[in-house]
Amino acid sequence: MLDASEGYTTADGRKIGGVLMEMQNITLRFGGVVAIKDISFDIREGEIRAIIGPNGAGKSSMLNVISGFYRPQEGAVIYKGRKRPAMKPYQVAQQGIARTFQNIALFEGMSVLDNVMTGRLTHMKSSLFSQALWWGKAEAEEIANRELVERVIDFLEIQHIRKTPVGRLPYGLKKRVELARALAAEPSLLLLDEPMAGMNVEEKEDMSRFILDVNDEFGTTIALIEHDMGVVMDLSDRVVVMDYGKKIGDGTPDEVRNNQDVIDAYLGVSHD
Amino acid sequence: MLYREAGDFNTSYKQDGQTFPIRFDRYRYYAVLAVAFGVIPFIINDYWANAVFVPFLIYAIAAIGLNILTGYCGQVSLGTGGFMAVGAYACYKLMTGFPDVSIVIHVILSGGITAAVGVLFGLPSLRIKGFYLAVATLAAQFFLVWLFNKVPWFYNYSASGQINAPERSVFGIIVTGPNTEAWAKYMICLVFVVACAWIARNLTRGASGRRWMAIRDMDIAAEIIGVNPLGAKLTAFAVSSFFIGIAGALFFAVYLGAVEVGEAFGINKSFLVLFMIIIGGLGSIFGSFAGAAFMVLLPVLLKNVLVGGLGWATDLAAHLEFMIVGGLIVMFLIVEPHGLAQLWRLTKEKLRLWPFPH
Repeated sequence: MLDASEGYTTADGRKIGGVLMEMQNITLRFGGVVAIKDISFDIREGEIRAIIGPNGAGKSSMLNVISGFYRPQEGAVIYKGRKRPAMKPYQVAQQGIARTFQNIALFEGMSVLDNVMTGRLTHMKSSLFSQALWWGKAEAEEIANRELVERVIDFLEIQHIRKTPVGRLPYGLKKRVELARALAAEPSLLLLDEPMAGMNVEEKEDMSRFILDVNDEFGTTIALIEHDMGVVMDLSDRVVVMDYGKKIGDGTPDEVRNNQDVIDAYLGVSHD
Repeated sequence: MLYREAGDFNTSYKQDGQTFPIRFDRYRYYAVLAVAFGVIPFIINDYWANAVFVPFLIYAIAAIGLNILTGYCGQVSLGTGGFMAVGAYACYKLMTGFPDVSIVIHVILSGGITAAVGVLFGLPSLRIKGFYLAVATLAAQFFLVWLFNKVPWFYNYSASGQINAPERSVFGIIVTGPNTEAWAKYMICLVFVVACAWIARNLTRGASGRRWMAIRDMDIAAEIIGVNPLGAKLTAFAVSSFFIGIAGALFFAVYLGAVEVGEAFGINKSFLVLFMIIIGGLGSIFGSFAGAAFMVLLPVLLKNVLVGGLGWATDLAAHLEFMIVGGLIVMFLIVEPHGLAQLWRLTKEKLRLWPFPH
């Protein structure tokens, strides 16, 4: 087992830091249905952490617990060394956790630029009065944040669609805009719920490159759910495997690949 | 040919974020302002002021207000008439209670009081959405009208139950009361309209506007990126009610002069302003103006053509007017649900390419 305070070095030589977020014995129930049962794992600073599992394993529920949509009945979420009290999703966002959704959740009536600018809202503090007169802090803040957003737009190569209404974009680009919006918030922890769902091979390659670049250039910690095993094994530093709400494996991609429980969960077991 | 952004380069984010990024738009806007301030006041007469310009300007403020709440923040409200009544009665109480203070300050304070009332009635919006919220605001409409009828303190215990605007002046020019000149009425409304539109535009292009639109487009996603839904909705209610309160105060003090609350600020007023923003275009400041102009001008135009031009009986013309306005609203909802503002946008897109097809 890894020590809580010290990091480790990955196979490709990246330094991974201490624990950023720790899930302690999380149990989540919907009435009689147990969606997550007594799961513990940690996410370390700077790493790419994947959560995988067959359909209905509770991966998305886990992400929703992290981002504050669901409140677990038991267990604790330790974030940056402190136990997190019960929080609303917007408060979680203000603490520096951003996410994308499995089925895109963009603001269809706004342009790409405005959508990405919404990612900066947690950083915009000017008063209503100052905004109304477009004077002093409001304008300075708008321009400063615009500069940062333009860097994200450059980074994800969506400059050409900056002023296009999001509703007109194809699926692959929408996914990228959603990633841009999450990145614009400069999150400490970025949650990606199936970032490659419904993409073709080229789009998946692009997306994988962006995820690696984000981690590399900004040092952002990323937790992602993905079904494409090739992608997961290539991208992630450590993998949590879930099945029927329970954790059945945790470790580097190689460890997980050779774990008998994981193989059974994915391929099935013969009952003879 | 004229309408191009070609050669119009923005070199800073400040330039790129301005209201009229295309030079031609900007000049057109200055031209409209110049005519509104420099020409119309000198040629306006009582008929044009009372039938067209003053109601258009006042309804434009109300439409901007409702558009912020419904068009930008996605919260349907049927309480506009009630909130206008709050503005009117607040203005009346302030005018009679503090006769020495300027009417301009009274109107702005009336907006502030209406904003507070609006926030109060906006509280349920966190829990209820869509049609149910519309019904809740409908309750506000009926409650407020009932309140102003029932409590004599609001109309200073006058025998008729009406409120009458006393004579007040700005810089020595009378702007309320029966002796007001047409151009003075027009000018005070114009100044308020320009200020309100400018503030509304600033708010909607900045952080607040993005918070509202995020809530409108997808409230769950808005919450996940850190927008406090209650805060965003309540600021929308406050700002919206502020404008609607100003509109109500002007409607009473400058336009009508004497008001009986059920008649002037009934449910019909709520629907009228709602029609304005639907026809004009939800989520557009220009649409608020277009819708207000449409709903004010169309009856005047029809009356002039049918009664004045064709010599038909007045009652026949009045009934035809209802049918035509109703029919046009239905047609608009089917043909162009995004309103006149969308038509305007499409025209501009076409103009950018004209005379070439692509």
